[in-house]
Amino acid sequence: MTTHHLDDAAARAAVTEAVRRVVPDAVMPADDVPLRRDLELDSLDFLAFVEHLARITGVPIAEADYPALATMSSCVAFLGARHEP
Amino acid sequence: MSQDPRIERARVEREARDAAAHRGARGPVGDAAQAAMATYLAGEQYHDRDPQPASDVLRRSRQAPAPPDPWAAARADLAGLPGGGLNIAHEAVDRHVDEGRGNDVALRCVAEDGTSRTLTYDGLRQETNRFANVLGALGVRRGDVVATMLGRRTEQYVAALGTWKAGAVFAPLFSSFGPAPTRDRLLLGRARVLVVDATIHARRIEPLRSSLPDLEHVVVVGGEAGPGTHAYDALIHQASTQYETARTRPEDVASLHFTSGTTGKPKGAVHVHGAVAAHRATAARALDLRPGDVFWCTADPGWVTGTSYGIIAPLTVGATVVAYEGEFDARAWYALLERERVQVWYTAPTALRMLMRQGTELAREFDLSALRWIASVGEALNPEIVAWGTEAYGLPVRDNWWQTETGAIMICNQRDLPVRPGSMGRPVPGVEAGILVRGEDGRARVGPDGAVTLAAADEAGELALRAGWPSMFRGYLGDDDRYRACFAGGWYLTGDLARMDRDRYVWFVGRADDVIKSAGHLIGPFEVETALMEHPAVVEAGVIGKPDPVAGEVVKAFVTLRPGYDESEDLALELIAFGRRRLGALAPREVAFDQHLPHTSSGKVMRRLLKARELGLPTGDLSTLEAPR
Repeated sequence: MTTHHLDDAAARAAVTEAVRRVVPDAVMPADDVPLRRDLELDSLDFLAFVEHLARITGVPIAEADYPALATMSSCVAFLGARHEP
Repeated sequence: MSQDPRIERARVEREARDAAAHRGARGPVGDAAQAAMATYLAGEQYHDRDPQPASDVLRRSRQAPAPPDPWAAARADLAGLPGGGLNIAHEAVDRHVDEGRGNDVALRCVAEDGTSRTLTYDGLRQETNRFANVLGALGVRRGDVVATMLGRRTEQYVAALGTWKAGAVFAPLFSSFGPAPTRDRLLLGRARVLVVDATIHARRIEPLRSSLPDLEHVVVVGGEAGPGTHAYDALIHQASTQYETARTRPEDVASLHFTSGTTGKPKGAVHVHGAVAAHRATAARALDLRPGDVFWCTADPGWVTGTSYGIIAPLTVGATVVAYEGEFDARAWYALLERERVQVWYTAPTALRMLMRQGTELAREFDLSALRWIASVGEALNPEIVAWGTEAYGLPVRDNWWQTETGAIMICNQRDLPVRPGSMGRPVPGVEAGILVRGEDGRARVGPDGAVTLAAADEAGELALRAGWPSMFRGYLGDDDRYRACFAGGWYLTGDLARMDRDRYVWFVGRADDVIKSAGHLIGPFEVETALMEHPAVVEAGVIGKPDPVAGEVVKAFVTLRPGYDESEDLALELIAFGRRRLGALAPREVAFDQHLPHTSSGKVMRRLLKARELGLPTGDLSTLEAPR
């Protein structure tokens, strides 16, 4: 696991970039709005989002982590926690 | 019943127009279906007229006396309308109430938050009666098209069955279609009524409304009625629970299912009430469904599986239909299987591949002991998944095969026959399948007299079905030429390539045309190319299915840029965004630039060559190009 610190702003930027790799013109919803529903991501879109997010942040993401990636807030919390040394 | 002045006005206008037109059974589908039926009947006679049938099977069928109708028993199992006639909704709902099963649970729709709404057969009878009355109040007549964009919520099921009760034509649209596919389908179907989820209405229908001249009524579910719309709840609550089901006949049009071909706009496959004989029979044969079973079909009714097997088939056998309103989520799906004690589960290879990625451990966290039967449809099921299913669930996953045009399951790993992993199974009783020798274009070779040739055992060719099963489509709406082109020598040509072994198990080989199968959805490349070419940077586009370990294929577009535009990652992303805005679920996931797209001598983009390049295959002999398993 990487140990450099991923602060909230960096995590937020990573999530936004990963979303925009899938929905390039996405307008990011409010922090607590489910991303999938708001951005109309189907299951394949969501998989692609997860893969981009893992690549951009260097954080390995397992299938069991998917529920933690529901909203911007939960994504930021998840990425922050995984980056703590 | 309704005092809504808009409805009253619509009714008056409608009646005036009808009187002026001096017509009886009417509407676009009514007319087209009559023509389609004539074509169908003509097709039935092909093999009798065939001067020199090329195959033993054809010769036998000509010389033998007319065989007994293999579907007679299935038809005899239907109740029929009291006093005569046949209506899908009566077979699916009212019949059970009449026979004393009104208190059995018919439908349970589970929302993402776990809340659910349950309807007994009698409750469903009343709700669908209300909906049929609502349609009457809106001025809907037999043969009119009622479209829906509702996903898997209760109102979808009520609207389907209520539409059939009213003798109107049910045309479900996938909720994730973008504005372009939505508009094309509503225009093609000349839908008079659209019943639509409030969110989808706001995002996609409202901006399109002025371009849909035939669409008289928009009924919004789950929200307030805005200008020019009706609120579903308000209409339903005013409507009576008493309704006499329209006295439809077996050949009356019931449904319009949109599908895609290699070329041209989407096609509207016309289906009739008589199809219900095949739905009911295959529910037992292919899905092992029995009265009282808890059944979950994961398909959206916007695709034919979600209607034929998400609504009609299970209800006709008196099962309990479970629907999940949310999108795929491994834990949520397993939790649903556990909580609802699902016994028969009908899903798709893409979903199973996603579940397989989670491993057997996750499956074992849940009590799936109620499961008795798992079936899959949408694209070929790899043998690995059959094996994995046996490990994870203690049951083999049973592949089956059918299409929008076939209306019901045609080939399956059926009850009382061993599963052959990797095979789609054997033709269901009453269905005659054949593999036809291909010509130079990769499709079945058809002689000048219409004759076709059956391939030898294990030889790849175009999968064909002897025309005439009850759920066969009766036409493409407004396109008789395309319909006729689907038949040769008395066979329906499926466009799929397959092999049949000596035991009549069928093995999928690939598509004979350029149609893309992604996550179980059939996507026409032309529709995607047309949308991309509306972007100012794009001169031309060629669209293919790129193999994908989860989805089977994903849509990939190759585009040629107009002079003055430069290739860049930003432009590729812009085109992906553009595609999503126009096409929704049909949009390309990947865009590549190609200033030298290969063309045929007639100037069409050679998608097969693009695909061969993508797969790293030799591009010399394109006629043998087949999708990998």
